[in-house]
Amino acid sequence: MITKDNRAAYWKDNLRLVTICLVIWFVVSYLFGIVLAEPLNSIRLGGYKLGFWFAQQGSIYVFVVLIFFYARQMNKLDQKYDVHED
Amino acid sequence: MELKTMTYIVVGLTFLVYIAIAIWSRASTTGEFYVAGKGIHPVANGMATAADWMSAASFISMAGLIAFLGYGGSVFLMGWTGGYVLLAMLLAPYLRKFGKFTVPEFVGERYYSQTARIVAVICLIVASITYVIGQMKGIGVAFSRFMEVEFATGLFTGMGIVFIYAVLGGMKGITYTQIAQYCVLIFAYTIPAIFISLQLTGNPIPQLGLGSTMADGTYLLDKLDLIVTDLGFREYTTSSNGNMLNMFLYTLSLMIGTAGLPHVIIRFFTVPKVRDARYSAGWALVFIAILYTTAPAVGAMARLNLTNTIQTGDVGSAAGNLVADERPDWMKRWETTGLLAYEDKNGDGRIQYYNDANADFVTKAEGWGWQGNEMTKVDRDIMVLANPEIASLPNWVIALVAAGGIAAALSTAAGLLLAISSAISHDLLKGVFMPQISEKNELMASRIAMAFAIVLAGWLGLNPPGFAAQVVALAFGLAASSIFPALMMGIFDKRANSTGAIAGMLSGLSATLLYIFWFKGWFFVPGTEMAANTPDNWLFGISPEAFGAVGALINFAVAYAVSRATAPPPEHIQHLVEDIRVPRGAGAGAAH
Repeated sequence: MITKDNRAAYWKDNLRLVTICLVIWFVVSYLFGIVLAEPLNSIRLGGYKLGFWFAQQGSIYVFVVLIFFYARQMNKLDQKYDVHED
Repeated sequence: MELKTMTYIVVGLTFLVYIAIAIWSRASTTGEFYVAGKGIHPVANGMATAADWMSAASFISMAGLIAFLGYGGSVFLMGWTGGYVLLAMLLAPYLRKFGKFTVPEFVGERYYSQTARIVAVICLIVASITYVIGQMKGIGVAFSRFMEVEFATGLFTGMGIVFIYAVLGGMKGITYTQIAQYCVLIFAYTIPAIFISLQLTGNPIPQLGLGSTMADGTYLLDKLDLIVTDLGFREYTTSSNGNMLNMFLYTLSLMIGTAGLPHVIIRFFTVPKVRDARYSAGWALVFIAILYTTAPAVGAMARLNLTNTIQTGDVGSAAGNLVADERPDWMKRWETTGLLAYEDKNGDGRIQYYNDANADFVTKAEGWGWQGNEMTKVDRDIMVLANPEIASLPNWVIALVAAGGIAAALSTAAGLLLAISSAISHDLLKGVFMPQISEKNELMASRIAMAFAIVLAGWLGLNPPGFAAQVVALAFGLAASSIFPALMMGIFDKRANSTGAIAGMLSGLSATLLYIFWFKGWFFVPGTEMAANTPDNWLFGISPEAFGAVGALINFAVAYAVSRATAPPPEHIQHLVEDIRVPRGAGAGAAH
């Protein structure tokens, strides 16, 4: 049986996790890839200027890692609050 | 073997596979037709989603777009991948928990309103149809260029193939064909990229090759920056797409639009569990990222190859440019398609390719006797289509690119057609007009709707409306400003009610349409635009393509405010929201 408090606590933890993930999502693409791209371009990653790298490569890698991180953490939350399937 | 024979064999083989899958995976229930019986493995669904998502535009046009925009092309790379983060965290698991068949169905039930459902159906159909026209064109183009058949013949062949597996198998048939199509398209995309990266940098991984040094010891990107600025073009790695605000909002519009496109969302209805929906979004992005991180390398390397082919020596020196009669065969071949055109403006028998819109550079160029850019047409699609020939790769690679382009267009077309036909048969027919329809008749109706959608899409592909080139902006603008906010509010804001949602969708949608039409003409009719479509006229320099994000913000704000000014949603709707927020109970699926 899922209680009301349990539900609320699960939702709160979920929102916190999503917020953390979306902050990272925002930082790597909008900040590093666009707003701060120019100053970051003075740093080099091999032949890549760093801002350019974030915009065309790095942000995409981070997106992939973020989704798997989120999925794993959500699985843990599902178990912790006993709201998982089966 | 001759190229044409090889192409016929490779493309023919892929078609046999698609038809075999169609026969093997016929749908016998509406559940199978709409959501593949909710039995697709998350990794398999990820692969199908990647094919569903990556269209003819991703496969054929994107690398070329990046090649000519440079850093400015990043909006497409980030925009069309970052949307999956939003999808995975804000929509997919909850909509899967809801467990029904279509996106408008969720909107209708969550907002307890047939009006909301119909508004969602209209947004879905307009967004999907505009999008499918491009795919149909892509199919015709791929056929006519590689197999030397008429555009219409190519289009009919493609329609026939989609007809077989989409009408017979519905979502089930489409899913398994999309998996096969993903494999074809990703091989076709990466193999030429690996060869080219190897040739230019000695590194077989294009993502690393792009950041590596070339034979002469200079970094590839530095070299590219140098040779394009030498010819008066903007520096490759810093050339921005409008001002910073425009890049920001353009990226955001594409992300929100991606997460709001119904044909992508319904793919997540096909997995067995909520947990699977989360992982599946991750897998989808893995498979998409393989192409999307390769594309910038393809773009930069193709630009380098093209520029070096024409500018063979020092800029400005008498013998620094390619002698026209000695131009490579691939240039001559693609000139016959009209994608490439050359005109000897100064009559020196050599080709000059430079930026003649750059006033300072033009003065310098005139001193060398250059009288204008002589590559009068370089279609961006050439960067992928002619890539294997530019790098002198064997014929089977060129044949594979043909099959890949067709696979990319077919897979996206099928996904869109399913979204359209299920909105007609499930949302309009069963949901609004004939609620008592039996399952058997609904299945028949869905097959008829699918057949009708294919014919309509084919007709639009043959007779594209004048605005065909603008439609991508429209599809993303619509999805971003109407569908995504309604779905997200439906899950995250328990207080959102039907009045708020409808007001939000309509205001977001009209603001976006108004802005697009203002600069592109009312309903894209040429000559009816209210102001020239130039950065000076745009609001804060925001281009019409980038305005979807603003529309979405308006939608959120209006829906939030109106919901709070009117009565809260009924008790059972608040329970529905609480229920979709927890995974338990999804396995059983909602009764239908």
